Amino acid sequence: MTRTQELLLALLGAVLLLALAWAVPWLRFVLTVALAKSLAVFGILLLLRAGQVSFGHALYLALAAYTAAFTAMLIPEALILLPVAAIASALVGLVVGLFVVRYREIFFGMLNLALSMVFYSLLEKFYSITHGTDGMRLPPLRFAGIPLEGEFQGWVLLILAVVLALGFGALVRIYLASPMGQALAGIKTRETRLEFLGVPARRVLLAAYVLAALMAGCGGAVLAMTTRLVTPALAYWTASGELVFIAILGGAGSVFGPVIGAVAFELTRVYAAALVADAWQLILGSVLLLVILFAPGGLWGMGKALLSRRKIA
Amino acid sequence: MGAWFSENGLLVGLAALDGLSYAAAVFMVAVGLNLVFGVLRVLNIAHGSLYAIGGYSAASLGLFLSSRGLPEFLAYPALVVAAALVGALLGPPIERLLLRRMQDHEPVLQLLVTFALFMILEDLQKLLWGVQPVVSDAPVRLLGTVDIPFGADVIPFNAYQLYVLPGIALATLVGLAWFLRKTLAGRMIVAVTTDREAARAMGIDAAKVTLLTFTAGAALAALGGALASPTVSLVPGVGAQTIVLSFAVVATAGLGQIEGAAIAALLIGLGRSFAVYLEPELEVVIPYVIMLAVLLVRPQGLFGVAETRRI
Amino acid sequence: MSALLSARGLKLAFGGLKAADGIDLDVMDGEFLAIIGPNGAGKTTFINMTTGYLKPQAGSIEFDGKPILGMSPRKIVALGIGRSFQLPQLFTEHTVLENAALAVAARSGIWSPFAPLMRPSIRQEAEALLDRFGLSPVADRRADALNEGARKLADIAMAVALRPRLLLMDEPTSGVAAADKMAVVETLVRVLRESRVTAVFVEHDMEVVARFADRVAVWGQGRIMALGDPQTVLNDPQVRRDVIGELPQEALHAPT
Repeated sequence: MTRTQELLLALLGAVLLLALAWAVPWLRFVLTVALAKSLAVFGILLLLRAGQVSFGHALYLALAAYTAAFTAMLIPEALILLPVAAIASALVGLVVGLFVVRYREIFFGMLNLALSMVFYSLLEKFYSITHGTDGMRLPPLRFAGIPLEGEFQGWVLLILAVVLALGFGALVRIYLASPMGQALAGIKTRETRLEFLGVPARRVLLAAYVLAALMAGCGGAVLAMTTRLVTPALAYWTASGELVFIAILGGAGSVFGPVIGAVAFELTRVYAAALVADAWQLILGSVLLLVILFAPGGLWGMGKALLSRRKIA
Repeated sequence: MGAWFSENGLLVGLAALDGLSYAAAVFMVAVGLNLVFGVLRVLNIAHGSLYAIGGYSAASLGLFLSSRGLPEFLAYPALVVAAALVGALLGPPIERLLLRRMQDHEPVLQLLVTFALFMILEDLQKLLWGVQPVVSDAPVRLLGTVDIPFGADVIPFNAYQLYVLPGIALATLVGLAWFLRKTLAGRMIVAVTTDREAARAMGIDAAKVTLLTFTAGAALAALGGALASPTVSLVPGVGAQTIVLSFAVVATAGLGQIEGAAIAALLIGLGRSFAVYLEPELEVVIPYVIMLAVLLVRPQGLFGVAETRRI
Repeated sequence: MSALLSARGLKLAFGGLKAADGIDLDVMDGEFLAIIGPNGAGKTTFINMTTGYLKPQAGSIEFDGKPILGMSPRKIVALGIGRSFQLPQLFTEHTVLENAALAVAARSGIWSPFAPLMRPSIRQEAEALLDRFGLSPVADRRADALNEGARKLADIAMAVALRPRLLLMDEPTSGVAAADKMAVVETLVRVLRESRVTAVFVEHDMEVVARFADRVAVWGQGRIMALGDPQTVLNDPQVRRDVIGELPQEALHAPT
C-alpha cells in the first residue's frame, strides 16, 4: 500500500466513524472511548515491535485519567487537561522506563504488571484522596472557554479523539520506518548485534516506551473527560490485558490495527453486554480465541488478505 | 520496641500463622504455573481461573455431600476429588486444543490465548456459581481450633490452616522435588524443560510429557483453590487476584525454581499478611513491592540463573 | 609496523576451564592474523574479551595505545573495533538491505525518528556495500532465508559498514559449503584489502590460512602455543601433531 493510499484510507475511516456517530447518536460515546483506548494501543504496538509485551500499560491510561480528574478540580479546561495529563504520563513513563528497559520478555511484562498493580492498590486504598473504588467524578468541563454540555460535549470529544488518533497513527507510522523504529524491531530479533553496531538498545526501547506512555496519557485524558468518572479499575491488570487484546484483535502489523481493534472491541462489548448481561467477557474471549486461531494477523490482516484475493480473482 | 511488641505481639503471631497458610495456597498455584511454563514456555494467565474453579468445585461438592446427609468427614476427600476432577477435565482439552496448536506462533499470541481463556473461564464461573459469595467451611469447622501460647496470651487458631494447608504444601514441595529428580517421568519433564529438541532426539515423547505436565499443573492450581476454599468465601475475581500473585511469586523466585517458589511464596505470603494486620492499606501492594525490590537487585529472580548467550 | 592491538597477560577461567591463561599478543597495523587451534582452546573467548562481551579476570588490552578493558561493546565499536560472529547475528525479520542500512545508519549516527531509514543517502551506501560483498542478488530477501555462506558475508558486511580499523572474525567460513568457501574468502579478502582493515580471524581450514594469513597464532588450552608466518608454523611438527591432528573432520576436506 502506498503512502497516499494509506492517508486516504485513514481519512475515509475518520469520515466513516463520524458518520456512524451522527447516524447512531448513542454510539458517539462508545466510539470516543474506543478511540481513546486505541491511543494507548499504539504504544502496545510499538513495544510489540521490539518483541516486548507490557501487561501493565493501563497504568499510563489510568495515571493520566486521574491526573485529569485532579487537575479538573482546579482548571476544568479540556485544552489544559489533555497536555497536563499526557505530560504527567510521559514523565512517569520516563522514570519507570529507565528501570524496566533493562528487562526483557517475561520479566519486562511482569514488572510492568507489578507497577500497574501497585498504582491500582494505591488508588483503591487511599480513600481519603481518591475515594477508593467509588472513583472520582469530574466537574463540568470547558473547551476553549465554552462549557461542554450535551451534544456539543459528545462531538467535541469525539472529534478531538479522531484528530489524536490520526495524528498519533501518522507519527507511529513515521517512527516505525525511521532508524529508531527499525532498531526497535532489531531488539526483537538480534539485540546483541545492535550493541555491536554501537546502538544503545536500552535507549531505543526507552524512547519507544516514553512515546507509548505519552500516547496512553492522551488516551487517558480523553477517556476521563468522556466518562467523567475515573475508578481504580482503569489500572487493574485486566485493563492492560484488554489493551494487548485490542492490539492483536486489530492486527499488530499495521497502524490501522489499534483503531480497528479498539472499535471492534468496544462495539462487541456493548452489543454482547446488551445481549447477555453476565457473559460479555465470555463472548469477547471467544472472539479473541477465534481471531488468534484463524486470523493471527488480526482484523487488519484479514481485510488485507480478502482485498488481495479479490485483486487476484 | 518492647512496648510495641507487647501491644502488637498478638497481631504479629496471628499474622505469621495466617501468612503461613496463605503462602501454602499461593505456593500450590505458583509451582504449577512454573512447571507448565517449563514445558510450554508460556505463562498461563488462565492458571488463576483453575484455582478459582478448583475452589468453587470443592465447595459445591462439600455442600452437596452434606445436603445428602453423608458423614461430614467426607468433606476432606471431597477437596482432593474436586481438584483432581478439575485438573483431569479441563487440563487435557486446554493443552490439546489450544496451547499445542499455538506452539509455533509468536509468544505474544500464545500469551493472549491464555488471556482469552481466562476471560471465558471468568464468566463461566459467574454463570455456574453466580456472583454471591460461596462458603463451605466444614473442613475448617470439623478440626476445631488449637490454642497456641504466645507470650502471656493464647492465640486460638484453626487447626486446618495450621496443619492441613501448610502440611499439604510441604508434602507437595518434597514430593515434587523428589519426583523431578529421582523418577524417570520426572527426569523426562526436566529434559523437555531444558531442551525440547534434544529431549525429542533422545526419544522422549515431548507432546505426551507436555500434556501430562499441563494436566498436573492444572490439578495443582485446582488443589490450591480447593484447599483454600474452606478458609475464604469465594467471589468472582478471585482467579484474577490469584494469577497476578502467582506471577509475583514466580518472578521473585526466578523462572523454573521449585524450592525457590516455596521461599518466595513464604516471603510474599508473610509480607502480605503482616500488612493485613499492621498496615491494611498496603495489603495489595506488598507482594509487588517485594517482587520489584528483588528484581531490582537480582534481575533473574532470587534463585534464577542468568543466561549468557553464545555468539 | 606498529601494534594496533596489544593484549598482555589476559586470564579468564570458567569454573575449572582456563579459556585464557596468560595471553600476550600484538596485532600489527595492516596485517591479517589467523588464529587456529582445537575447539575449546579459547579462540572465541579472546575475541569476546577484545570486544567487551567478556571481561578477563586479569591482564590488559590496548587499542591504538588506549586501554579498552572494562569498556562496553558499544564504546569499543565506537573506537574502531568491529567483529563478526560464528553464529551470524542478523536481524532475521529484516531484509539483507535493511540489515546493511541499519549498520550504515548506526555508523553515520543518523537517528532522527522523523526520516525513514531507507532515505537515499543510506540506501545508496548500503547497496554499494552489498555490491562489494556480492550480495546484491539477495538484497531484498529476508535475512533468515539466506544460505550459510550469504549469512556469513552479510554478517561481516555489517561489521565492515562501521568502517572499523580492526575487524575480528569468528570462523568466517564455518558452515559455508565447501564449494563456495574459496569464493567467499576471496571476496572477503578483496573487500578488506580495499578498505585497509587490519583483520584477525579464527579459522579451521588450513588451506585458507596458508593462502591468506600474514601470520598465524596457534591457540591451545588458553595459551598461544606458536606464533609466526604460516609457512613455518603450519609445518612445525608439534603444531601438526597437537593442533591440526585434532581439528574437526570438516577442516581436513581439501578444497576443490
